[in-house]
Amino acid sequence: MLDGAEPSVLDVKDLKTVFKTRRGEVHAVNNVSFHLKAGELLGVVGESGSGKSVTMMSLIGLLPSPPAMVKGGQVMFEGQDLLTATDEQLRAVRGARIGFVFQDPMTSLNPVFNVGFQVMEPLRKHMGLNKKAARKRAQELLELVGIPDAERRLDDYPHQFSGGMRQRVMIAIALACDPKVLIADEPTTALDVTIQAQILELMKDLRDKLGMAVIWITHDLGVIAGIADRVLVMYGGQIVEHAPVRELFANPKHPYTRALLETVPSVTGDRAERLRVIEGQPPMLTAQPNACPFRARCDKAFDRCQRENPARYSVGPIHDVACFWNPDTGGARDV
Amino acid sequence: MLTFTIRRLLMAIPTLLFISLIIFLILDLAPSDPTASLPLTIPPDVRADIRASLGLDEPIHIRFLLWLNQFFVNEPLNLLQHWTGWDLGGEGRTRVISWQTRSPVVDIIAQRMPQTLWVVGTSYIVGILIALPIGIYSAYRQYSIFDQAGTFVTMVGFSVPPFFSGVLVIVIFAVNLGWFPSVYDTTHVVVDWPSFVIQLKQMILPVMVLALQITSQISRFMRASMLDNLNQDYVRTARAKGLTETVVVMVHVLRNSMIPVVTVIALGVPQVFGGAIITEQVFKVNGLGHLLIGAIQGGDIPTVQTLTFIFAVLIVLFNLVADVLYGILDPRIRYD
Ligand SMILES: Nc1ncnc2c1ncn2[C@@H]1O[C@H](COP(=O)(O)OP(=O)(O)OP(=O)(O)O)[C@@H](O)[C@H]1O
Ligand SMILES: [Mg+2]
Repeated sequence: MLDGAEPSVLDVKDLKTVFKTRRGEVHAVNNVSFHLKAGELLGVVGESGSGKSVTMMSLIGLLPSPPAMVKGGQVMFEGQDLLTATDEQLRAVRGARIGFVFQDPMTSLNPVFNVGFQVMEPLRKHMGLNKKAARKRAQELLELVGIPDAERRLDDYPHQFSGGMRQRVMIAIALACDPKVLIADEPTTALDVTIQAQILELMKDLRDKLGMAVIWITHDLGVIAGIADRVLVMYGGQIVEHAPVRELFANPKHPYTRALLETVPSVTGDRAERLRVIEGQPPMLTAQPNACPFRARCDKAFDRCQRENPARYSVGPIHDVACFWNPDTGGARDV
Repeated sequence: MLTFTIRRLLMAIPTLLFISLIIFLILDLAPSDPTASLPLTIPPDVRADIRASLGLDEPIHIRFLLWLNQFFVNEPLNLLQHWTGWDLGGEGRTRVISWQTRSPVVDIIAQRMPQTLWVVGTSYIVGILIALPIGIYSAYRQYSIFDQAGTFVTMVGFSVPPFFSGVLVIVIFAVNLGWFPSVYDTTHVVVDWPSFVIQLKQMILPVMVLALQITSQISRFMRASMLDNLNQDYVRTARAKGLTETVVVMVHVLRNSMIPVVTVIALGVPQVFGGAIITEQVFKVNGLGHLLIGAIQGGDIPTVQTLTFIFAVLIVLFNLVADVLYGILDPRIRYD
């Protein structure tokens, strides 16, 4: 499944997004390239502010502009470059071919419309269903995402649902028109642990049932380990490492990935060792990215890291890393 | 919702009785004398007789009870009789009588009400109809030229008092251009198309002045409410569904933004009935505001009392209306 044979459903090249602010441009997404294959689950990890959400929102024109501006790149989806597509073409993709689930289910649903209306909206818009057919399909969708008594609950308002149930409703909305790609932006972060596990289980289930490709954003490596096929590690608006999930956990190459893995609580080791944080602050993204974004917090950094931003060097069949330091030799990479 | 409304209506009764008592007591403190404007040649004992005939020699609690009886029993019975034609035996009933004009206060109010409703009511509706689109568009295009121009105009509308803007439009449109009359003719009766045009023409200036104020307030409110909602997560969800901007803004955002605005509009309705006192003065509109000022100046306590109390009733009533609307518009509110 992970070899390069099948075509990608989504192909992102050199995506660049900036925010124009009073203090200059913020380089939130900087030359990000990745691809997504049919039916796979791609995990995206990185700490807060690393540009995960902005990357995904840029793909589909969901960022408010101004201040956001997609400065360059190419996003190929179903034979169309989404970055040059018209608003109307984009709207035909959003919610129909690409579904979104956002982080906070408590605020992501409109409080004054009942759940049925909100689930039926994309059905009526994209599939042209009439009221009756849309309602029937909405009920099926709620059943699909495991909401009991779906028929009756269609008439309930979001505040009558718990957080976990609301996130299920959001998933139902995202899946309404049978999308090819589902982008889930930290869908479980706002939920408590048991509900988190349920939603994860549901998503795995749905992917097997419906066969869509999923991009799963999180800052929890533990979650990624359980569900992802491949992982992108983001830092400072860039992808710093990319590998299949087993490979990443077994053989991390980037100092940031290694540090991230160390912050995952381990059962062995004494209490103090179990949870380590990465020292220092995430970078200000206002500077032009012509140095490695991780240099200030990196214990391996040397001269070159201050002057040059490393490209992504291939270190295995589907494993690449943006770093001048080579963990295998313990010295500088030969590039 | 129904039980809530009924409960609130019942609760309004003691509230209003209490308000009427307060109004009565405060006005009783006023050092005004209904005979003061009579000729000085009238001897003191005749004056005392006049006062006695007005019931002023009774102790205060008796006078309050008499007023209550007149206002809550006799006047409604009269109205009922008037509307239905039933004979409810109106001869012996005393009514609330104006000291100035000697005619029943309720009749005077009924006479003046249409003037106020025409001018102030129209302004309110016109003001709201202009304000809502301005507020919506200003928020959607925050900091655009349109928004900044709107902000400037509404600030002017907010801060310029009607006695200035009223005179200004009179000078421009009535004196210099001669398009519209400067004085509102209360006796004008609309019977056909030409007389309706005359009515429209004489309404335009006062409506313009009042609508400017109302538009300024409500459009600011609408804009703020829209801005609150435009940044909400559910708006992003709506866009992620592929809905058009029109649907996102005019369905998802607007429905949420209208909740506080509708409340404000409902709470403002009593002001319509209260009349715009100053504007009515400037344009000589013979409405309720005009009546109130005249009654205060003439020491006509029954008229002042009745008008004030009617305003109080309207305020209590429209507070309830606002609450009920809130409950209808916002599914999260449950009163029962
Ligand atoms: N409206 C904005 N104006 C300016 N900068 C912004 C804006 N929105 C986001 N950014 C910047 O973009 C960067 C990436 O933000 P993004 O939301 O993608 O992070 P994230 O990886 O999703 O973090 P989190 O885990 O907290 O969701 C941040 O550093 C932030 O400062
Ligand atoms: Mg995010």
